[in-house]
Amino acid sequence: MPKPDLMDFDKALELFEPVLGFEVHVELSTATKMFSDAPNPAAPGGFGAAPNTQITPLCLGLPGSLPVVNEKAIEYSISLGLALGCQIAPSSRFARKNYFYPDLAKNYQISQYDEPIAFEGSVEIELEDGTAFTIPIERAHMEEDAGKLTHMGGSTGRIHGAEYSLVDYNRAGVPLVEIVTKPIFGAEHRAPEVGKAYVSTIRDMVRALGISEARMERGNLRCDANVSLRPRGQEKLGTRTETKNVNSFRSVERAVRYEIQRQAAILAAGGTITQETRHWHEDRGVTSAGRPKSDADDYRYFPEPDLLPVEPSPELIEQLRAALPEAPAVRRRRLQEAWGFTDLEFRDVKNAGLLVEVEETVAAGAAPAQARKWWTGEIARIANTRSAEPAELVSPLHVSELIALIESGDLTDRLARQVLEGVIEGEGRPSEVVEARGLKVVSDDGALIAAIDEALAAQPDVLEKIRDGKVQAAGAVIGAVMKAMRGQADAARVRELVLERATGE
Amino acid sequence: MSEITPEVVRHLAQLARIGIADDEVQRLTGELSQIVDAVATVRQVATEDVPATSHPIALGTVTRPDVVGTPLTPDEALAGAPERDGDFFKVTSILGEEQ
Repeated sequence: MPKPDLMDFDKALELFEPVLGFEVHVELSTATKMFSDAPNPAAPGGFGAAPNTQITPLCLGLPGSLPVVNEKAIEYSISLGLALGCQIAPSSRFARKNYFYPDLAKNYQISQYDEPIAFEGSVEIELEDGTAFTIPIERAHMEEDAGKLTHMGGSTGRIHGAEYSLVDYNRAGVPLVEIVTKPIFGAEHRAPEVGKAYVSTIRDMVRALGISEARMERGNLRCDANVSLRPRGQEKLGTRTETKNVNSFRSVERAVRYEIQRQAAILAAGGTITQETRHWHEDRGVTSAGRPKSDADDYRYFPEPDLLPVEPSPELIEQLRAALPEAPAVRRRRLQEAWGFTDLEFRDVKNAGLLVEVEETVAAGAAPAQARKWWTGEIARIANTRSAEPAELVSPLHVSELIALIESGDLTDRLARQVLEGVIEGEGRPSEVVEARGLKVVSDDGALIAAIDEALAAQPDVLEKIRDGKVQAAGAVIGAVMKAMRGQADAARVRELVLERATGE
Repeated sequence: MSEITPEVVRHLAQLARIGIADDEVQRLTGELSQIVDAVATVRQVATEDVPATSHPIALGTVTRPDVVGTPLTPDEALAGAPERDGDFFKVTSILGEEQ
């Protein structure tokens, strides 16, 4: 497939106005699934279960099985709806979305169609330079997730070459809330940034609510990005494309930018945009055509006859409203104050999407400055080289443990970087990596003094120089000692000992 | 008159993955038209003070507590599978994609 022409981004924005829309799916972290008491693989600790072990007859659509709504999932959905500034429907109902695909054994997905549980809201996001931007929310509705297919065989490994598929129904029936925005106008050249900030805000929101694990790399949070362009001055919206499964903040930003440039090139050349779903290819940074979008009525939605309407009491709604965590903007102010970060320092953390990580690392006992340094420094650097999100690599708990080992003098920064590498490689928690790789700082003065004496013997003139006031001469000895200790010594302590040695004799 | 045409019947059959012959299309077009017309008749007497309903039972939410039950073992789950590969269901290749 030849790479399509892209128009320069600034040029595209000169000619066209981008209009965005996002659909974000959030897997709820309830103990059980949406409609059955099967264990929920999206619950804390539920990830990575063996295939087809988290299922009940309902998950397989076996005859005689009937859905019963999970009360916790309703509460979580209402809380999310309220946090999105939505109204909560006094009565909403489930509907069947009919389609034939083996990811759902019933041949339909239970979703909500014309009566979502939450509607008409808005979310305030903050762009990188601190500018506020409001995202209008159309609705948030409840549904069930589908199973996972692995396509096997075929020459390319891509879906069309697949000879057969393997199905794992563990994910079938996991409670989902789908958040749908209204068309987003006015993002202009910041459209890619708006996409990234929106998804990151939703992720922070569901984490703060405690209703989802929100790990994008595990599919707890999935984003479809809609992009359309209209010529400047035109009222009518352009034809949109829907790019599916853009599953990291970075990818959202890149995919939106790519679609703007791609569509602009087609439109400027007199072509038309096909209304279709597109796939995002993280590795190549491009989207490719998927299936043409079918009309909504092709799914033959109808009210789910096996379930009654959801009618939450006003008391329950008010109770959940009262329990909502603080609004993101309030939270950001509180955290910045508590951590004592400058505006710039705080913005760095926020723009890297690492507020939650730093917050949890601090909660686990680390000093805020250290937590910021490691997350936005070494961890972000490694994540960048691997095209991953920092949160995928290491947990806040382990970072806090690493920082504690530095504070206690057991690790130098240099050793800590090696330990971090071990943790990322899956060698265990920091203390285990220290043990296994033998990376502890040599804090035994006896061993250090022995090494210093050896170094001094090899460079007899150094002591003289130090005594003459040329303290920088100690550097040569410190270097030799650090080398002898294979880097596992605290250079500051070695320097202290060398000077003691020189002055004490 | 209803909007049910032979094209609509064929489209619905295709969506439902039901193979139907031409004479069945003719018959179903007639039968479905009658059903839709009958509903249209009922609609004429519907009054504003009777809200639309999707369910015959006048009940609200029935929920269950969020407590894990006993899942099937993979062997139980796969007992009815047409084909299996390890603990996975094995299905023929799919031309298409997830919805």
